[in-house]
Amino acid sequence: MVSRTSFRAGLTGLALLLLTLFAASSVCAADDDALRTILMQLREADFTEKATLIETLVNMDHPRIATILGALPESRLYYQEEGDRMVIALGDDAEIAIEDAITGKPLGQVVKRDLDRIRVNNHLRSLIEDRLASLGLSSADPGKRRAAVDAFLRNPKPEGAARLKARLAVEHDKKIQELLTAALALVDLASPDPAARVQAAKALGGWTQPEIRGPLLRVAAEDSDATVREAAKAALAKTEFRLQMLGWAETLFFGLSLGSVLILAAIGLAVTFGVMGVINMAHGELMMLGAYTTWLTQQYLPVNWSLPVAVPLAFLVAALVGIAIERSVIRFLYGRPLETLLATFGISLILQQLVRSIFSPLNRSVATPDWMSGTILLGPLEVTLNRLVIIGFCIAVFALLWLALQRTRLGLEVRAVAQNRAMAKAMGVRSARVDALTFGLGSGIAGVAGVALSQLTNVGPNLGQNYIVDSFMVVVFGGVGNLWGTMVAGLSLGVANKLLEPWSGAVLAKILVLVFLILFIQKRPRGLFPQRGRAAEV
Amino acid sequence: MRFPPWLLSDRAGLVLLAVLVVLGIGVPVFNLLVPPDHPLHLTAYTVTLLGKYLCYALLAVSIDLVWGYMGILSLGHAAFFALGGYCFGMYLMRQIGTRGVYGDPVLPDFMVFLNWSELPWYWHGFDHFGFAALMVLVVPGLLAFVFGWFAFRSRVSGVYLSIITQALTYALMLAFFRNEMGFGGNNGLTDFKDVLGFPLHADGTRIVLFVLSALALAGGYLLCRWLVSTRLGRVLVAIRDSEDRARFLGYRVERVKALVFTLSAMLAGVAGALYVPQVGIINPGEFAPLNSIEAVIWVAVGGRGTLVGAVIGAVLVNYAKTWLTGALPEVWLFALGGLFVAVTVLLPYGLIGLLRRREKAA
Repeated sequence: MVSRTSFRAGLTGLALLLLTLFAASSVCAADDDALRTILMQLREADFTEKATLIETLVNMDHPRIATILGALPESRLYYQEEGDRMVIALGDDAEIAIEDAITGKPLGQVVKRDLDRIRVNNHLRSLIEDRLASLGLSSADPGKRRAAVDAFLRNPKPEGAARLKARLAVEHDKKIQELLTAALALVDLASPDPAARVQAAKALGGWTQPEIRGPLLRVAAEDSDATVREAAKAALAKTEFRLQMLGWAETLFFGLSLGSVLILAAIGLAVTFGVMGVINMAHGELMMLGAYTTWLTQQYLPVNWSLPVAVPLAFLVAALVGIAIERSVIRFLYGRPLETLLATFGISLILQQLVRSIFSPLNRSVATPDWMSGTILLGPLEVTLNRLVIIGFCIAVFALLWLALQRTRLGLEVRAVAQNRAMAKAMGVRSARVDALTFGLGSGIAGVAGVALSQLTNVGPNLGQNYIVDSFMVVVFGGVGNLWGTMVAGLSLGVANKLLEPWSGAVLAKILVLVFLILFIQKRPRGLFPQRGRAAEV
Repeated sequence: MRFPPWLLSDRAGLVLLAVLVVLGIGVPVFNLLVPPDHPLHLTAYTVTLLGKYLCYALLAVSIDLVWGYMGILSLGHAAFFALGGYCFGMYLMRQIGTRGVYGDPVLPDFMVFLNWSELPWYWHGFDHFGFAALMVLVVPGLLAFVFGWFAFRSRVSGVYLSIITQALTYALMLAFFRNEMGFGGNNGLTDFKDVLGFPLHADGTRIVLFVLSALALAGGYLLCRWLVSTRLGRVLVAIRDSEDRARFLGYRVERVKALVFTLSAMLAGVAGALYVPQVGIINPGEFAPLNSIEAVIWVAVGGRGTLVGAVIGAVLVNYAKTWLTGALPEVWLFALGGLFVAVTVLLPYGLIGLLRRREKAA
């Protein structure tokens, strides 16, 4: 019995060898017939023979190889007696759609019972996964090549090294070259030669992937040779340093992201508070209106288009509400800042309850457009796209506001009124109109900030309250009436918050920042960049 | 018995004191002596509610002292109120003893729940009533003194001061929400059983607490009324009307401010301490900036700089709140918000101002 099996295996092996030679000699000529011959053998072969057959398939240059090898471990490759052909099932129900394995032609629905499954075991599955990965090595798509090397890194086998070396010789993508070198070094790390291991360890320093760090850590701890251990430790130190730098960079990014949100929330306030001396406690609720406007636009427009529409719309809504507030309440209270504070607080309560009554007290979910979701690589750093977009958005809003204040007629009048109201009036500036427009501008920016916030937090009636203390702190810290101060303050508070967070936890970080601000105001009551004036008391 | 002149000239104050005396006698009578099925019987709920209003009124008086007479708009007075409440709450917590869910003789339930093995140092001593009562004054007073001393010395004033007082109470709220602080985190302190051995839920205890609140309000009112009638009181008004001029005349403005601010915080602390046993819970929500601002609006409604107005405003607004949140919960925030706007725009001197104007016209 034994001899007969081995004989059969030997015969198949011989046939395969011939086939392989045939395939290798005419790489381009591997046609459907050759593929069909091998696939048909899969039906009869035992697992050992299947392994050999799979190796053969891998080396064939046929466009369907990847599809077939992908279907095989999922048990979707079948033999169909009717038609005597191999087919791939496209599902796993009792009645399934199939396609021809070799041509990919759809063959309609069949009952699964009529098909003959090609069985694989776990050993074969991992073999296929391994080979599929290396299949990508010669792909024209750099992404696929990268994925192939990554797959190798997860499961480094000395057998695969030759293929990697061959690829390295012709690879022209710099990144993939480096990755290939690292993969080869990872193989060398297991070599019996200590010198090779030292070399490999050196080459692997600075690679932060766990697939590389893990083996390096193991070598640093357990290698029999002291020099190898030392080399591994040195390499690890390099890796740790890199990880630390990445960590810092990430913290910085999160800080900038938080900072830009703070700036967005605060610059509208900087306009109303700084220019007009009006404490607008309803500022947070104007942001909330902006966020709700975003939600409303998304009810009528596709998500991907909603944001560009929502930004001007939110500006308009918030600005109009702002002007209404100014004309109906605030203008009666100029020169009485404490009363203004109370009145606008009352308005904030009304707006909150209004939203609660109209839209329900529950949070509304605002969808993130496709072009803002996911992550991208910023150098070595992986960052979420929506935060990046918001940082950019903050810069754009800031620049526009700055331009509006510096380069337009209205901006000139606003600055004039801020510096000396009486003199501006004497020069013919209609200060009441300027006040209304300034308040509208500040409120509109709050609305725009609300659009950004809707992408980061829950949109609900309490949205504004969560930001009001923070945004006042930013304005006061930066110095009232100074846009650059607001920017510097927002960024530094954001970064400081995120720097403290890992050390103290989020809530305590916030408390510490608040306490710092309270102390800071004692020291410099007019903020980082105070407005210069001659009055003893402004 | 002879009244001092500063009290005799204060007609509204005498009316207030008379009302408090009537309440202090009437409420116990109608609660304890009138049988429950009688239409004039005051339920325990009403007694507690009235007691609560009186505590709020004391808080309002303390705010009026600094805002109405000294021109400092504190948006963080609820913090002092809550701190006083927490101090007394800690005493009540220790009084629970082994009657808690976990039956630990020393540790309050939430500490057992958090697997703490011993009492944090700042909880020691709070099992003594006297110490806790002292702390009710000392903790808010100390915070107000330190905060005020630094703020006033560096001449933080006006809206800046308002904003940092708001930041202060906001920071405290965040801090007290943390479990690690050892004040029960989110849930705060609750499940109180008794005070000085008297069960909190008994009618008698409630009545005593009510009478104490009335006494505290009367005492607080008299203290403030006396203070503003002294020379110091005149300096306060001078500071409110022109701080620089007062300073140039040689008054140590920052000392006066710090002193009165501290006193006011202590009064707020007392109000909080009386409030907690009556409502049976204190949690970090009491630190919310909204609470402080709401208290400010009570004063504005009644009329600032009158002390009596603060009491009237606190009671009226809170009565409206109780009624509206029960009958038309949707409307309450609209009403409160509208009140803020209406009072500041239309009634800068509050209800008292309205009364005075009418008197003058007549």
